[in-house]
Amino acid sequence: MNANLTSAPLAPGALLDTQVYLETPEGIDLPLRPAGLPVRFLAFAIDALIRSVILILTGIAWLYMGKLGAGLASISTFLLLWWYMVFFEVLNQGRSPGKQLLGLQVIHSDGTPVGWPASLTRNLLRFVDLLPFAYCLGILSMINSSRFQRLGDLAAGTLVVYQAQAPQRGALPEVPARPASVLLTLDEQRALLDFAERHQQLSSQRQEELATIIAPTLHIAPSQAVPGVHAIARSILGQV
Amino acid sequence: MKQTDFEQLHQGKWQAFAENVQALRKGQPQLQAVQHFAQDYRGICQHLALAKQRGYSYPLIEELQQLALQGHQQFYRHKSPALQQLIGFVVVGFPATVRAQWRSVAVASALFFGSLTLMALLTVWFPDLIYSLMSANQVASMENMYDPANRIIGPMSARDHQDDWVMFGFYIMNNIGIAFQTFASGLLFGLGSLFFLLFNGLHIGAVAGHLTRIGYHETFWSFVIGHGAFELTAIVLAGAAGLKLGSALIAPGRLTRANALRDAAKISIRLLGGAIIFLFIAAFIEAYWSSSSSLSVTTKVTVGAALWALVLFYLSYSGRGRYAPQ
Repeated sequence: MNANLTSAPLAPGALLDTQVYLETPEGIDLPLRPAGLPVRFLAFAIDALIRSVILILTGIAWLYMGKLGAGLASISTFLLLWWYMVFFEVLNQGRSPGKQLLGLQVIHSDGTPVGWPASLTRNLLRFVDLLPFAYCLGILSMINSSRFQRLGDLAAGTLVVYQAQAPQRGALPEVPARPASVLLTLDEQRALLDFAERHQQLSSQRQEELATIIAPTLHIAPSQAVPGVHAIARSILGQV
Repeated sequence: MKQTDFEQLHQGKWQAFAENVQALRKGQPQLQAVQHFAQDYRGICQHLALAKQRGYSYPLIEELQQLALQGHQQFYRHKSPALQQLIGFVVVGFPATVRAQWRSVAVASALFFGSLTLMALLTVWFPDLIYSLMSANQVASMENMYDPANRIIGPMSARDHQDDWVMFGFYIMNNIGIAFQTFASGLLFGLGSLFFLLFNGLHIGAVAGHLTRIGYHETFWSFVIGHGAFELTAIVLAGAAGLKLGSALIAPGRLTRANALRDAAKISIRLLGGAIIFLFIAAFIEAYWSSSSSLSVTTKVTVGAALWALVLFYLSYSGRGRYAPQ
């Protein structure tokens, strides 16, 4: 199940990052972004807070219910302690409330949402990750693993990833399209496209600076560097 | 084909697929949309491959990657009707796993019941031995629990009889917690499970030996025999599951330790799942049956022995049939 997870980047020269690629039976590679220690600590802290609030509120309610309440109190403590994470992870697409707030998700290493056996395994083995104190073993295991897996994750074959955000697509700048006067490779085309698509995130000085470097190669007048590159990008995209 | 034309051509399909996936995630799929889901999903994968190969821009590729990932998650998710799965597990899966893992189960049983029996015998022969495990106060309060003069016996005898709920809650919390610890600490190369199996075995053995020696055997044995069938078996199974984890780390065979651990955990969690079911049954029996004093000792011992036979029969024979549901 795990053999199809590769950490080798797809395109040669891709940036060094924590992304891992999942090769699917359809022959495509899907990127996953494992979540690191700080964000998972925060998610855990939020969950701990929610659990203690529930514990206090229900505790007060049980107090008024006498002996039945005393029984319910130990059952609810038991549920919150051992089952809170499991129920949320299995029934809510791998997200406990803390993880959901921070945009995290638990998945099997084949990319599918976590199920009962795996969720139970990873959450019961939390007991060992906690040892000897303050999650020491879990933290050591996470920083020692390329996919930030604690011991429970390793045993259950799960990982915690960032949920993908819908990408923001900026419109290209409004200039008339003009085909490039030289033949461009795919990588070069994509670099020009990226430059044009990110025009709102780059300062005009920086755009000027970058475009001036490439302008002579593309036979663009230096004074028209930025609009010239944008025009080529539009033609690559097929816009007029 | 230029990117803009490509997008215009397929935008409608992507939109429809995204809505379909959302509906599936929420668990309210449209029948019509589901029927051609596989086809649509393969279409998305093909578009993604094309987009990458033709060097289309990153936002488009990212959008298609997300659609493909969401489709992948729905298409390959591990799911089947929960109730059917549970029944299949109880009838076939669990007892079959116990039988297949008879080595771990045998080792765990030997450790637990061996230490229990040995300690019980030693406590009968050397009465002072119990004080090496428990303080004098603990021994006194334990004697008090099983005093034949009590109306209610067992760890909750100090309270009155209306407290069935309290007992049920306490037993669930306490016993399942112990089972979970016994299992999880097996990850420490099996040492944790070894410790908890021996510790619980010695402890229960000492109590049993001591109470038998001072003549409380009727109350004690009639109290424990009923739920013991499920509870002690569950502790052994949780220990066996933990030992299995530990042995995968110590002797991974031809696999890497991580892979051996993952394979072992898949089996262990089934043993533990069964142990959890056993412990719920045990807590129920302990709270509502074992602690009752209106039943005669003979009834309790007979029923208790029958429960032991039932557990052993279930683990040995359930799910052996040729046409058993998987």
